Amino acid sequence: MSSRRSRSRQSGGSRITDDQIYDLVSKLQQLLPQVRNSHSDKVSAAKVLQETCNYVRSLHREVDDLSERLSELLATADSAQAAIIRSLLMQ
Amino acid sequence: MASMIRNPVTNANSDRSSQKKKKKKPSAAMSKENQQQSHAKWKSEAQQQIYSSKLIQALSQLSLNNNNTSSSPPSAPRPGRAVREAADRALAVAAKGRTRWSRAILTSRVKLKFRKQKRNRGSAAAKVGASVTVTGSNRSRKSRFSVSKLRAKSLPTVQRKVKVLGRLVPGCRKQPLPVILEEATDYIAALEMQVRAMSALADLLSGSGTVASSSSPPTS
Repeated sequence: MSSRRSRSRQSGGSRITDDQIYDLVSKLQQLLPQVRNSHSDKVSAAKVLQETCNYVRSLHREVDDLSERLSELLATADSAQAAIIRSLLMQ
Repeated sequence: MASMIRNPVTNANSDRSSQKKKKKKPSAAMSKENQQQSHAKWKSEAQQQIYSSKLIQALSQLSLNNNNTSSSPPSAPRPGRAVREAADRALAVAAKGRTRWSRAILTSRVKLKFRKQKRNRGSAAAKVGASVTVTGSNRSRKSRFSVSKLRAKSLPTVQRKVKVLGRLVPGCRKQPLPVILEEATDYIAALEMQVRAMSALADLLSGSGTVASSSSPPTS
């Protein structure tokens, strides 16, 4: 744990404490869907970070799938429907 | 570990007092307020509506370009990738430029246009090159993981994983550790909102497509 402090390569110059790191990691933990439900406070930082990376990757994949779907839908939909949707959203 | 308070009402009340003390108090307190604010911000309905309208505008511009050029789908970026880029750009605009990843997305588009022109003239595999630069750090798995494996023995586990996370979040590859973690929290909340908005839009489009032209706006 102490090795993290001595090897910190932060260019800002300020020393980051382990408490701060743990603070931020626990904030991340609150965002993750599965960790919030199943685990309590006893999850290691590495696991939280691993879950975060997986979650970000899965979100990227989801956005890609949705954009594929949207592109297909937009190709077939005509401009009348787009105008309807625009008016729905603006109101 | 103390539980985090995420009530936006208390944030609004303490916000004004913390804003006045922003210069005097250390940045840790300010970052806490910002994170709680950002999480509530991306969950709000208003933000999603703002994003959806921006997305609609961008997508309608896209479809106009596609229809004008040719009847066949465009060759160099696939239409799905073009939609993804437009969605990311709309998301970055919705972030109002306060976070690094949003600024990185907005500036990277300009760089990509120049890079694509150079690659088209230079290499033969222009399409592959364009797609690699477009995906950026997300998908190019060739050389990056081998470099990280070389360094893995010297770095502790947490730092290694934070670096991996930094590659996933746009614009955070060379940032120090706490910056990456902060950006990641905001980025995840923003991505969740993006998924919600896009899926709602896709449902709307597919729903109206099957019902034919009988759909009409609720109020006139």
